[in-house]
Amino acid sequence: MTTDPRPRTDDPGVLLRATDVTKHYALRGDSLTRRRKVLRAVDGVSLEVRGGETLGIVGESGCGKSTLGRCLVRLTDITGGRVEFDGQDITTLSARRLRPVRPGMQLVFQDPQASLNPRRRAGDIVAEPLLIHRYGDSAAVRRRVAELFDVVGLSAAHLDRYPHEFSGGQRQRIGIARALATSPKLIVADEPVSALDVSIQAQVLNLFADLQDEFGLTYVFIAHDLGVVRHVSDRIAVMYLGEIVELADTETLYGAPAHPYTEALMSAVPEIDDGTGDPQAPRRERIVLTGDVPDPVARPAGCAFHTRCPYARELCAVERPRLAVTPSGRAVACHYPLVAAG
Amino acid sequence: MSTLTDQLAVPEARRRSPGPWRTAAADLSRNRSAVAAALVLLVVVTVALLAPLYADHIAHTNPFQSHVSGTTVVDGRTVPVLTPSSTGLGLGVTPIGPTWDFGHYFLGADNQGRDVMARLLYGGRTSLFIGVTAALLCCVVGTAVGVVAGYAGGVVDSVISRVLDVIWAFPVYLLAICLSVVLLTDGLSLGPVTVEAGSLWLPVVIIAAIYVPYVARPMRGQVLVLRNKEFIQASIGSGAPALRVMRREVLPNVLPTAIVFLPLMTALAMLTESALSFLSVGVQPPDASWGTIIEDGLGLLYTRPTVTIAPGLLIALTTAALNVLGDGVRDALDPSARLRGGV
Repeated sequence: MTTDPRPRTDDPGVLLRATDVTKHYALRGDSLTRRRKVLRAVDGVSLEVRGGETLGIVGESGCGKSTLGRCLVRLTDITGGRVEFDGQDITTLSARRLRPVRPGMQLVFQDPQASLNPRRRAGDIVAEPLLIHRYGDSAAVRRRVAELFDVVGLSAAHLDRYPHEFSGGQRQRIGIARALATSPKLIVADEPVSALDVSIQAQVLNLFADLQDEFGLTYVFIAHDLGVVRHVSDRIAVMYLGEIVELADTETLYGAPAHPYTEALMSAVPEIDDGTGDPQAPRRERIVLTGDVPDPVARPAGCAFHTRCPYARELCAVERPRLAVTPSGRAVACHYPLVAAG
Repeated sequence: MSTLTDQLAVPEARRRSPGPWRTAAADLSRNRSAVAAALVLLVVVTVALLAPLYADHIAHTNPFQSHVSGTTVVDGRTVPVLTPSSTGLGLGVTPIGPTWDFGHYFLGADNQGRDVMARLLYGGRTSLFIGVTAALLCCVVGTAVGVVAGYAGGVVDSVISRVLDVIWAFPVYLLAICLSVVLLTDGLSLGPVTVEAGSLWLPVVIIAAIYVPYVARPMRGQVLVLRNKEFIQASIGSGAPALRVMRREVLPNVLPTAIVFLPLMTALAMLTESALSFLSVGVQPPDASWGTIIEDGLGLLYTRPTVTIAPGLLIALTTAALNVLGDGVRDALDPSARLRGGV
């Protein structure tokens, strides 16, 4: 058993590797003491994403998962740590040096309304990345845009319309088409379905799955909805207050959560008795967390979760648990994991 | 041969949605007061543009021609254009009053015997030119400065904002008068740009400069909001250089604001020009503007008030029309402002 959370394997299959990534925001300091407060949005996150897989990232709102997503594609500068994409260290690349890397990694945003320029036609929005990267002459760009519209299930009739003329689901399809335009390897999807109706969510999730099969895409799928994440992810990282508290294969994680926070999140998902489950299985107990998520400006000492953890002991308030990788590939940051290591 | 569904499908596929600009134009054309204001402005501009025609072919004079000892014929009688004043101490002159005859001295003469109507039309050209170009210059520079400051942030934003604050800190007229007094003698030379001392461009540049913060600041504010929008993030994430993001994503979204500013700034610039010219630090003789005509009429206020009233009415009419049009443009471009009740 190794206790080093940092992935050391130089697995050639790894497309994206984050090592100890931190993102701090300096807040306006106290006007009297002039002491600056620091908001630790992402606090030492290490993870690997292998080519072709989907890594789900879950957590409550404000846990830093969106910020992490932006750090991973360098949409924001990183305070500390290291991000490697496709074998290249992109942590400190300038905007200019980053430009040739950009086509390989794209974002799909949460709010399909805000992610499309209201003053540009859908076809122009999707063509923009192609124009930036000099895809070809205008006829080639037009062909490619039409092809992309087809891929995401929109028709050529939609090319000349403005974003406000589309439904939420259609807008998200435009956003996906834009992300696909430069044939990326990695797509970071930041809560791509949480703003959509449930009936539309399934359609868009299926589109994501189809696109992954067709183009061999790698996804980092950020969400707060555990049901959605379970449906799409191969592996799942659970975040709390800017840290990953548990990272495991989807089935392992859902089968037996090892971190008390994961267990609490899971218990919030309504159970459906569809008759296929084991009737002897004990009914899951619902764990209601008390209190709020602590202020990330004043992170609790020791384990960040100890203020709300039903199993917290003395040690938890004192020593910060590190993300420990077990031989089974599961990683937990807890002094007293619910599942024995191994 | 085609089926009904085929026929219905074709126009659907070809449908090209009207853009936001066309929608706004349609909105504006339905706004009656805005259309009326636009018509008033059209008449004022046309008449001003026709000034040489009036001077040469109708009044047979030019606006710079003094007629100190001239005479003209009114109701069959020959009368002098200027008569020595008979009131008070007998100082000065009393020019001829309005003849209400388009052929000569329709609105009378000023204290140098110049045809007020001809000067009014020529002055309108000057006032409109300065108002429109100063507003254009101010909006273009203000938008560019505001977009760059808002988008770049950091040091660039701080420097630009402090410079704007310095301009902002001065009372508008005080700053304009100071600049004019300094620049009137030698003109302005800024790198490749040289403005002659007597040029009409001098008031244009001065007026545009003092109002830049009034455009740049709200622009910067809008860009700050836009900057965090996800479509801007998407553009950056696509690898677009900063200039391209500003041009393709930011500018189209703040352009409506700039256009709303245009008529309002034109009105403001015309008022400022009139004030400066009235104080002799704007348009310089022999050029006429509505402001200089008011100044000319000041000494004749009790004997020949039309010299002052006529340009004053035109300034009021034009700026009022510009403001009504500006409100209409704002309603058309930003329908939410109307819902909020506007300002």
